[in-house]
Amino acid sequence: MQRIIKNGQVVDESWHLLPKDTTLDGLSNCDDLIVPLALWVEHPSALKARDGGLGVWLDAGEEIEEIADQLDNFQVIALNFPAFTDGRHCSSAYLLRTRYGYKGEVRAIGDVLRDQLFALKRCGFDAFALREDKDPQDALKAFEEFSEVYQASSDQPQPLFRRRA
Amino acid sequence: MYVYDQYDQQIIEDRVQQFRDQTRRFLAGELSGEEFRPLRLQNGLYIQRFAPMLRIAVPYGLLSSRQVRMMAKIARDYDKGYAHISTRQNVQFNWPDLEDVPEILAELATVQMHAIQTSGNCIRNTTTDQFAGVAKDEIVDPRPWCEIIRQWSTFHPEFTHLPRKFKIAVNGAASDRAAIEVHDIGLEAVNNAAGELGFRVSVGGGLGRTPVVGSFINEFLPWQHLISYLDAILRVYNRYGRRDNKYKARIKILVKALTPEVFAERVNAEWAHLKDGPTTLTEAEVARVAAHFVDPAYQPLHNQDAALAQLDAEHPGFARWRQRNTFAHKQTGYVAVTLSLKPTGVAPGDVTDKQLDVIAELADRYSFGEVRNSHNQNIILADVEQTQLFSLWGELREHGFATPNVGLLTDIICCPGGDFCSLANAKSIPVAEAIQRRFDDLDYLFDIGDIELNISGCMNACGHHHVGHIGILGVDKKGQEFYQVSIGGNSGREASLAQILGPSFAQDDMPDVVDKIIKVYIEQRTDEESFLDTFRRIGVAPFKERVYAANH
Repeated sequence: MQRIIKNGQVVDESWHLLPKDTTLDGLSNCDDLIVPLALWVEHPSALKARDGGLGVWLDAGEEIEEIADQLDNFQVIALNFPAFTDGRHCSSAYLLRTRYGYKGEVRAIGDVLRDQLFALKRCGFDAFALREDKDPQDALKAFEEFSEVYQASSDQPQPLFRRRA
Repeated sequence: MYVYDQYDQQIIEDRVQQFRDQTRRFLAGELSGEEFRPLRLQNGLYIQRFAPMLRIAVPYGLLSSRQVRMMAKIARDYDKGYAHISTRQNVQFNWPDLEDVPEILAELATVQMHAIQTSGNCIRNTTTDQFAGVAKDEIVDPRPWCEIIRQWSTFHPEFTHLPRKFKIAVNGAASDRAAIEVHDIGLEAVNNAAGELGFRVSVGGGLGRTPVVGSFINEFLPWQHLISYLDAILRVYNRYGRRDNKYKARIKILVKALTPEVFAERVNAEWAHLKDGPTTLTEAEVARVAAHFVDPAYQPLHNQDAALAQLDAEHPGFARWRQRNTFAHKQTGYVAVTLSLKPTGVAPGDVTDKQLDVIAELADRYSFGEVRNSHNQNIILADVEQTQLFSLWGELREHGFATPNVGLLTDIICCPGGDFCSLANAKSIPVAEAIQRRFDDLDYLFDIGDIELNISGCMNACGHHHVGHIGILGVDKKGQEFYQVSIGGNSGREASLAQILGPSFAQDDMPDVVDKIIKVYIEQRTDEESFLDTFRRIGVAPFKERVYAANH
C-alpha cells in the first residue's frame, strides 16, 4: 500500500487513483476514487450517484476553471506534475484555495519530490503522493526548511512586509 | 544600500542549510543528477567545461566594500584567483568545486549575499541603471523598487518552476541604461501629471534565440499595485507559457502568440482579483526600504571645472580618461567613475582577487564604501569628490583600471564563451582580444567615438549581441567556429535589434571585418554623427557591400 503525506504526516493511502482512459464500466461503487477530469466532465451524475468518496485529478494542461463551480462534489482534487519542474499546478492550487475557496484535500501527484514540497504547501497543497521510489518520511523534513517567507500565498495571506516587527 | 534585518538574514541562512543538505544528498546518491540539476541551477551552479561555474547574485549590481572583499576571498580560496562580472551585474566564479559550494554560500551569508535564483527557470536577479541614485537625468531612484522586487521574487512559491527563465529590469532615468525593453518585464518609473509615482510596464522583450523588443502593456501602474500586477503577469505566464519546447518558452513567445493587447487583457483580468489585496504595497514598506537608499553624507562642494581643465591640459592621459571614464553626478562637486575591466589582453569583465581587494579599499577611501557592477561588465565608484579625481586616476592606473575606453570600441561586452562555457558554440574572449589588439590606437578609438561591440559565443546571447551597435555571434558550422556579424542594435530607449550582415566569418577575419565596418562609418558619417545614427541614415547596404567585397 502506498504511503502518502497528509497534513504533515505520513499515512496509508485509501484512495484509488484511476488512469486517464478510465470508463464507467466496472467502476467500484464503494471505493474512494480519484477520477480523471474527462470522466467527470462526461458523467457527473453517475459519479455523484456512487456511494464511495469522489475525487478528481487534473493533468498539468487542464485548468481548474473547468470545475471551479462544482468543487462541492469533490473530497479530493489531485493535481498531476508530469515533471517536478512543471509549475503550472502551483497556480492551480493557489487559485483553488484563495479564489475558489476549496476546503477539501488538494493533493500533488506524479513527479512529486521532497525539494518541491515546501513551495507546494505554500501554494495550497495539503497532501503529497511522492514518486514511488521516494521515502515520504524523509520528505517531511522539507516542511521545516524555511522559518520565514517573503510573499503572501495560500498559507500566509499577509506578505512579510505587513508582518515585520 | 539595503541592509538585511533578522528576517532577511534568517531566510538566506535557512537557504544555506537547505542547499548544504541538497548537495549532501546528491553526493550520497540520494538525489539523481536530473533531480539535482534544477536545484543547483536555482542556486547559480552550472556544470561547465572544466569545473562548476557558480554565479553569485549582486542585487541590481550594488556591493559594499565588505562584500567586494568577500568576492576577493572566494576568488582566492575557492577559485584560481579570478572573478568575472556578468552582463546581469552578477559575479561568476569558474573554478569552485561542487563540494565547496555550501561553504561558499555560508561565507556569503555572513556578508548578506547569496546565489539564489541566479539561474534556472525562475525570476532572476533584477537589474537596473549602474548610475541609479547619482545620475543627473534620474526621475525616480529605481533601487528601492528593485529591492522590493527582490524580496517578492525570492523563493516565490508559485513561480519557482516557470516555463523558462524570467528577467526583470527597472529604469528610473531619462536615458535607459538598464535596457528594460529587452527584458521579460521592463519597468520604467515615471511620475504622472498629478506628480504621483507609477510604472510603465513592458513585457515580452528578450534576447536569446528569438530576440524581441518588449511591448508596453500598461502606461501607468500606480506604485501601490506593483507587486499584485507582477503576480498577475507571472501567473498568466506560469499557466499559459509554452512548456513543450524550451526555445519557445519565454514570455515573449506567449505575448507574441496572444498579441500584446490580448496578453494585457488577460493580465488585467487576473489583476482584477488581486488589486487592493494584501500584496498592495504600503507607504511604510516603501519608506522602510527607501531609507536604505538615501544619499550618503555628501559634503557641500563646488564643481571643479576650471581645476580639472587645468589638469587636463597638463596631463593628456588624465584628460582622455576623464572624458571617457567619468559620468556627471547629480551632486555638485562629485563625479561617478567607471573602472574599466576591459584592458587589452584581459577577458572582458575579469578581475583578480588582488584587484578586488584594491577596489574595496578604493571604495572605502573615495566612494562611501560602495561600488556597482554594470551590465557592460565594468565597476563603478559612484560618489567620488571631484577634487580627488586626479589622485584616484593615479591609483587606478597603477592597478590596471584606468584604460580610457568606457563606451569605446574596445569596451566590449563579452560572454565567457567556449573557453569556459559548455553551452557555447564558439570562443568569444579571443575574438574580443584580437579586436582590441587591432584597435590599439587611442586617437583612432576616440575618433570613432561611442560604439557598443557585443560578443556572444552562442545564441543564448549572454553577450547581448542582438543589441550591440556591432554584434558578433559565435556559430558552429560543421564543427568549426564561425562568427556572424550584425549591426544597428541598441539596448537603450527606443531599443532596436541588430540586422545580420550576411554569411559568417572565420575567427581570424574578425578584426578585418570590424575594421571595414568602422571604415564605412568614418567615411560616411557627418559631423558629430554617431555610429548608430549613421547606420540608421544609410542602412545596412554600404556595410554589407564593403565587408563582402573581397569575397566576390
